[in-house]
Amino acid sequence: MIINKISMLVGGEAGAGISRSGFLFAKACLRGGLYVFGANDYQSLIRGGHNFYTVRTETEKVYSQADKIDLLIAFNKETILFHKDELVKSAGVIYDQDQITVTKEELERDDLKLYSVPLRNIVKALQGPQIMENTVALGAANALLDYDLELLNGVLRDTFNPKVADQNIQAANQGYNYTKENYGNSFGYKLEKTNLAEKHRIFLTGDEAIALGALNAGCKLYAAYPMTPATPILHFLALLDRKYKMIVIQTESEIAAINMVAGASFAGVRSMTATSGGGFCLMTEGLGMVGMTETSPVIVLVQRPGPSTGLPTYSAQGDLRFVIHASQGEFPRIVIAPGDVEESFYMTVEAFNLAEQFQMPAIIITDKNLAESNQTTELFNQNISEIDRGKLITTTDYTKKEEYARHRFTEDGISLRGIPGTKNIIVRTNADEHNELGYTTEDSILATKMTDKRFKKLQILIEKLENYETVKFFYSPDADATIVGWGSTKGPIREAIKILSEEGVKLNFLQILYLHPFPSQKVENILKIAKKTIIVENNKTSQLSSLIQENVLTTVNHKILKYDGRPFNPEELAKQIKEAF
Amino acid sequence: MVTLDDLKTPKTNTWCPGCGNFGILMAFKKALIELGLEREETVLVSGIGCHGKMVNYVNINGFHGIHGRVLPVAQGIKLANPDLKVIGFAGDADQYNEGWGHFAHAIRTNIDMTLIVHDNMVLGLTTGQATSTSQQGFKSKSTPFGVIPPMLNPLTHAIVSNGSFVARGFAGDMLHLKGIIMKAISHKGFAFVDVFQPCVSFNYLNTYDWFRDRIYKLEEESHDVTDQKGALEKAFEWGDRIPIGIFYNKERPTYHDSLQHVKDVQLTNLPKENVDISETLKEFM
Repeated sequence: MIINKISMLVGGEAGAGISRSGFLFAKACLRGGLYVFGANDYQSLIRGGHNFYTVRTETEKVYSQADKIDLLIAFNKETILFHKDELVKSAGVIYDQDQITVTKEELERDDLKLYSVPLRNIVKALQGPQIMENTVALGAANALLDYDLELLNGVLRDTFNPKVADQNIQAANQGYNYTKENYGNSFGYKLEKTNLAEKHRIFLTGDEAIALGALNAGCKLYAAYPMTPATPILHFLALLDRKYKMIVIQTESEIAAINMVAGASFAGVRSMTATSGGGFCLMTEGLGMVGMTETSPVIVLVQRPGPSTGLPTYSAQGDLRFVIHASQGEFPRIVIAPGDVEESFYMTVEAFNLAEQFQMPAIIITDKNLAESNQTTELFNQNISEIDRGKLITTTDYTKKEEYARHRFTEDGISLRGIPGTKNIIVRTNADEHNELGYTTEDSILATKMTDKRFKKLQILIEKLENYETVKFFYSPDADATIVGWGSTKGPIREAIKILSEEGVKLNFLQILYLHPFPSQKVENILKIAKKTIIVENNKTSQLSSLIQENVLTTVNHKILKYDGRPFNPEELAKQIKEAF
Repeated sequence: MVTLDDLKTPKTNTWCPGCGNFGILMAFKKALIELGLEREETVLVSGIGCHGKMVNYVNINGFHGIHGRVLPVAQGIKLANPDLKVIGFAGDADQYNEGWGHFAHAIRTNIDMTLIVHDNMVLGLTTGQATSTSQQGFKSKSTPFGVIPPMLNPLTHAIVSNGSFVARGFAGDMLHLKGIIMKAISHKGFAFVDVFQPCVSFNYLNTYDWFRDRIYKLEEESHDVTDQKGALEKAFEWGDRIPIGIFYNKERPTYHDSLQHVKDVQLTNLPKENVDISETLKEFM
């Protein structure tokens, strides 16, 4: 009997509530004190196709989905046939034989435990909508896993209105009872409540963590145009604008969004926008304007595979060099890449502070795997990054003798920021090269001085970041190699290292969180002592390798690259790492 | 009280002698003075083109943005701080070519601000190419054999899109234009003013005289500014007689009217400390 380690997959057509079902089950696991990872795989369509949601549980922190599936809930035949080779030996399959017939020949294996549950008939008897079959199946899964059904019922109660919740609880109970009566404890896996059940932990996606970070950081204007996989941030904040007294606006385009957040930032409000690669392309001219006007919005880029529309609902890390160089001309910016849900929260708050302190754009770069997968994490510490708005006039009056100049030359390149409306100051900025007062200039000396001023800020930023956690180093004494990565690959990398350590292979892991300005010194120090370096990235050209080469003059020894839109699976990655030796 | 002297800037004006922009600049300054607006409470946003230099010539808060994007920058400023009077200046290519998408939506969204378009029916700063308001057949460097499609009519568009204030002025009649700008700034909602602005260097066709021969003032005829259909009819008028003045002026709820939750919050003063999100975090437990 395997206890508290399960990898479950719920699959079916789009529009059948697949991800919702998987999520509800995952939440019941969270409340039972387990660590859970939930990943949503869906296609760019509304009905039909094949969608699935995987739930993986552990009693310790879990960083990614698993390679294999222990329990499959199939709402159509395609789900079974599509995933049959991913099922472990003696895996369970919950389905409804009134709706799906599947033969051993089709399965090409006879070890599976087929648990047919009359999903449709149960729902019919309850006079519920067809989608409630999902809940019956969740009840059945609970029965097979001998898991406390009250946890799922609690989640249903918190999710639906009382009437719908009651109906769903009945459906779950009937699925549970039918399965217990017909299949007893024949399944080799079990879930048990742990003592963490009482502890308040949270289960959320990277997108949600960024949105929460923005709220905590006091973002008061969010402007965006919908684009997968960044759209959940818009949905989330749109529901909360009243509660947090902020403005959330869906603009006519990404071009409007970036210009609007620049305007809001100029006017003194913390602002943010989010998009994916295509939208970020449209924002690039505006991004340069942000650099030139020294405004400080936060821009979130949630990557998906390109070029162009690519695989719109899948994941990639192909935009790293793009964000570092996007827009014409040269100007400083901050590029931050969180690797998990927790970092997504903390680094968003950090991004808001740094953007205002250094009066430059801060870009948070994530990807679909992080943005739309759910992870269990401890409750966030809400005061870890205290609000610091930098050099800002917060009084309603300006009393200094010297005339106020928005782009005043200073020792650190950072000018005192005033906001329009403050008495005795005129705030003027300019996308053209400008003088200290913000008036247009074409003067060669001023042009040089202003560029130097903007880049002076970068120098100061680099010094400040020396005290920041710009990289994380997971160290193992006498490691045989150092894995290097950024962003969402952190999850599978940590899982793969765990697998390999059980086999006696020792590995370090260097996670780079700040991609620009690049933490060259720290990276150099770590790579210097590495016996071998292995880069893991979700792109074709290994963009991080080239950044390392450029900044540290070091060539990595081996590259493991995946660019099919899907995340690395831990065992698959462990195998590739071993092959790299 | 703000004076013409207060509004002066140290920048030397680089518009061509006789440029229609001078009329707009003076009309705007006088409108500010007569409205009694303080320099600190007004923000001028401009795009790219000859008009964009407005930011250099009026000593009030200013944001000189990029081509075509006056509106979203201005909207962002106004959303952030509704106490500010925000006036966007754009050119015809800036707004009606590059920024047409924003124009269509700003009319609809009805954020309380003013847009003044310097419409010289040509691209001036890039030395003379056609724009979407160049007349059919207009010969320019980019259209040496004449503009093929008919000209775009921003006024009819603004009226059918429920623009709440739609007007047209003439840079050659500064006092009349000043009156329109004052009404536009005082209007609660999105106020749009297209201004005929003769380009003395690159538009040989639509000159001061050309306009003077044709324009007449709506207020001198019995035009009802609250009649949308009547306004539309007037906006279609083009040829021997071309109307200027206020075509349509009827307030409707602004975007801010639906943002009651931030009505009493000075967003620019925030945040003072980390915002407590405990209640929202509970939803993830």
